[in-house]
Amino acid sequence: MTTASTSGPARAMGPSLQQQRARAAFWFLAPMLFALFLVAAWPLMRTIWFSFTDATGNIYDGKFVWFQNYVRVQTLDSGKTMYRGVFFDPKWWNAVYNTVRFSVVSVIFETVLGLVIALVLNAEFKGRGIVRAAILIPWAIPTIVSAKMWAWMLNDQYGILNDILLNLHLISEKIAWTARDDTAMIAVLIVDIWKTAPFMALLCLAGLQMVPRDIYEAARIDGVHPIKVFFKVTLPLIRPAVAVAVIFRMLDALRIFDLVYVLTPNSTATKTMSVISRENLIDFSKFGYGSAESTTLFAILAIFVSLYIWLGRVDLTGETSR
Amino acid sequence: MSFGYRAKAMRATAIAAVLAAVGAPVMAEEITYVSGAVGKAVENFAALVKPWEEATGNTVKMVPMPASTTDQFAQYRLWLSAGTSDIDLYQTDVIWAPQLADHFVDLTEAAKDLAPTHFPSIIESQTVNGKLVALPIFTDAPALYYRKDLLDKYGVAVPKTWDELTAAAKTVMDGERAAGNPDFWGFVWQGNAYEGLTCDALEWVKSFGGGQIVEPDGTISINNEKAVKALETAKGWVGTISPEGVLSYQEEESRGVWQAGNAAFMRNWPYAYGLGNGDDSKVKGLFGVTTLPVGAEGDTSAATLGGWNVAVSKYSKHQEAAISLALYLAGPEAQKQRAINESNLPTIISLYDDPDIAAAQPIIPQWKDVFLNAVPRPSAPTLSHYNEVSSLFWSAVHDTLSGNGSAADNLAKLEADLTDLKGDGWK
Repeated sequence: MTTASTSGPARAMGPSLQQQRARAAFWFLAPMLFALFLVAAWPLMRTIWFSFTDATGNIYDGKFVWFQNYVRVQTLDSGKTMYRGVFFDPKWWNAVYNTVRFSVVSVIFETVLGLVIALVLNAEFKGRGIVRAAILIPWAIPTIVSAKMWAWMLNDQYGILNDILLNLHLISEKIAWTARDDTAMIAVLIVDIWKTAPFMALLCLAGLQMVPRDIYEAARIDGVHPIKVFFKVTLPLIRPAVAVAVIFRMLDALRIFDLVYVLTPNSTATKTMSVISRENLIDFSKFGYGSAESTTLFAILAIFVSLYIWLGRVDLTGETSR
Repeated sequence: MSFGYRAKAMRATAIAAVLAAVGAPVMAEEITYVSGAVGKAVENFAALVKPWEEATGNTVKMVPMPASTTDQFAQYRLWLSAGTSDIDLYQTDVIWAPQLADHFVDLTEAAKDLAPTHFPSIIESQTVNGKLVALPIFTDAPALYYRKDLLDKYGVAVPKTWDELTAAAKTVMDGERAAGNPDFWGFVWQGNAYEGLTCDALEWVKSFGGGQIVEPDGTISINNEKAVKALETAKGWVGTISPEGVLSYQEEESRGVWQAGNAAFMRNWPYAYGLGNGDDSKVKGLFGVTTLPVGAEGDTSAATLGGWNVAVSKYSKHQEAAISLALYLAGPEAQKQRAINESNLPTIISLYDDPDIAAAQPIIPQWKDVFLNAVPRPSAPTLSHYNEVSSLFWSAVHDTLSGNGSAADNLAKLEADLTDLKGDGWK
């Protein structure tokens, strides 16, 4: 669209065809842009604005306090200097650590499992359609429902998971999955991987189906080992699709809220950035502080994605593939 | 409590108008009532308000909400901040009054005849700066549930102190496990990091003589030796007489273990009594209730005060009818019906001597003793900071119970955090 002004000098009268097309395109896009502004940009700007105020009980009563929610130097009566604000809040950094740890581990597992499932589903076998549909069931169940369901399965006294593990003699006594600090995160990871691996599988499968069959034929005729075929042929060809899938998952994982909120709502071992900013916004009615946390969350997400795109040379525009 | 005579004439006119409306319906209005829904609450509510609907010609629509008080609070706060007129009446938790006071109508005048019939401590908990924010409709105070049959079997007396409870729980548990039930536990309670743990831990601390976190005058009292001892005692239960999973239990999970017949003792609210005696319960008729134990001889037992109230929204377009409904719900007729149908504890003192209630729910007159030891959570002195105070407290307790730091260290840190939160005074 930027080429409109550089187009031909041919006509002096009226806009060029290129200009006309650009203008028409703008008007076709306008409603969408307006809707996006309304539902995405405006709330984001409001949140950033609130993060510079000290709004509490009533959100409109807040005073503008610049960066005090982020960094604030407080001198105590004893003369001691304290640094406060989101950037110096150990609870916030604990939440950042939890979120990043959760995201990295869950996305790695989901990508590997998703790829394996996709490879299986890509093979020709009887009843493939049904299996493909069935594998999506965990993804189709609303997170709240699956979290509640798993909460009962993970229950220490009458949960089925402990029962199975006990009967297989893998554990000697019942584990309180969601109660213990060291297993709470594992519990959240189990549920998330169970739920989201099918989604990754679907995205990988879409990539796999784009791979031309004749390449495999050529490889087979040349007698290349299947494992080598996977690493030398399949993986490079589906890399763009997988890379985009990983970005989606990473964005999703970094803002995880519902699963943690239902399964282990107040455990410091699992509290994520979203959980803690909601807690400040709603439970403690610290709208300014909570908004500062939300804004930081947004910044962290933006940095993560930019880094990933830059380092991974991910092509989101799809231009090279044309 | 201050039942001022300000603007009495004006209020009196309002009351007269309400009474007139009760007597002769002029215009039918639809009143919206929002409340958390537990058990059979939705069905029972329709029957409960029927007499009022018939008397006034108005109708009541109930909007059910999730059972978790924290979830309800978040939603109500959003609605009230937005000044919505869609909801006329809110069913409010006993701890919310100071935080939501600005959004509700002052009921002091409207309830000037009704309020003195209630327990004064409950009316006081709903009074903020002389404004009666909400009217109590039922109250809640937990008790110690014990298995009569098992205590008899092992020849143990009903425990009076926490140490006796620990010993009794261990005896029964060891016996039952040896008898072939590996899933049997001594004592179940609510150890999840949530508002319920604040209630449980406040009882331990208070019954050890360790104060009530923040005293009514606003002093932060939690960092003391007795509180440390209370938390250490509780920590000793986790993994011994209580399952490790108790650290993730809320009311329903502990009731689950108890009602399956797998626990000797349970700390829970009155609702578990009716359900425990239900036909599908394995402990039907096998258990009794008593006041919660104390730290040592001479200490007094403590039961955290719970309970629900009804408040009229300032933004309601049908305030007169809404106030009339609030008075009805908080009145003797509705409270009696609630007591009989749902084993909810009345807040009107005289109902504890009511023969019909005693016949239908023999537990309720017994609960008067539990209730007399009720201790309020520090929501009144900490005002708008209560949720954060409670969250800091339950986090410190949960950390202690799960072995992250000693009770002494965690309480010292809690004191520092609370002091910081308080600043130059609670507001």
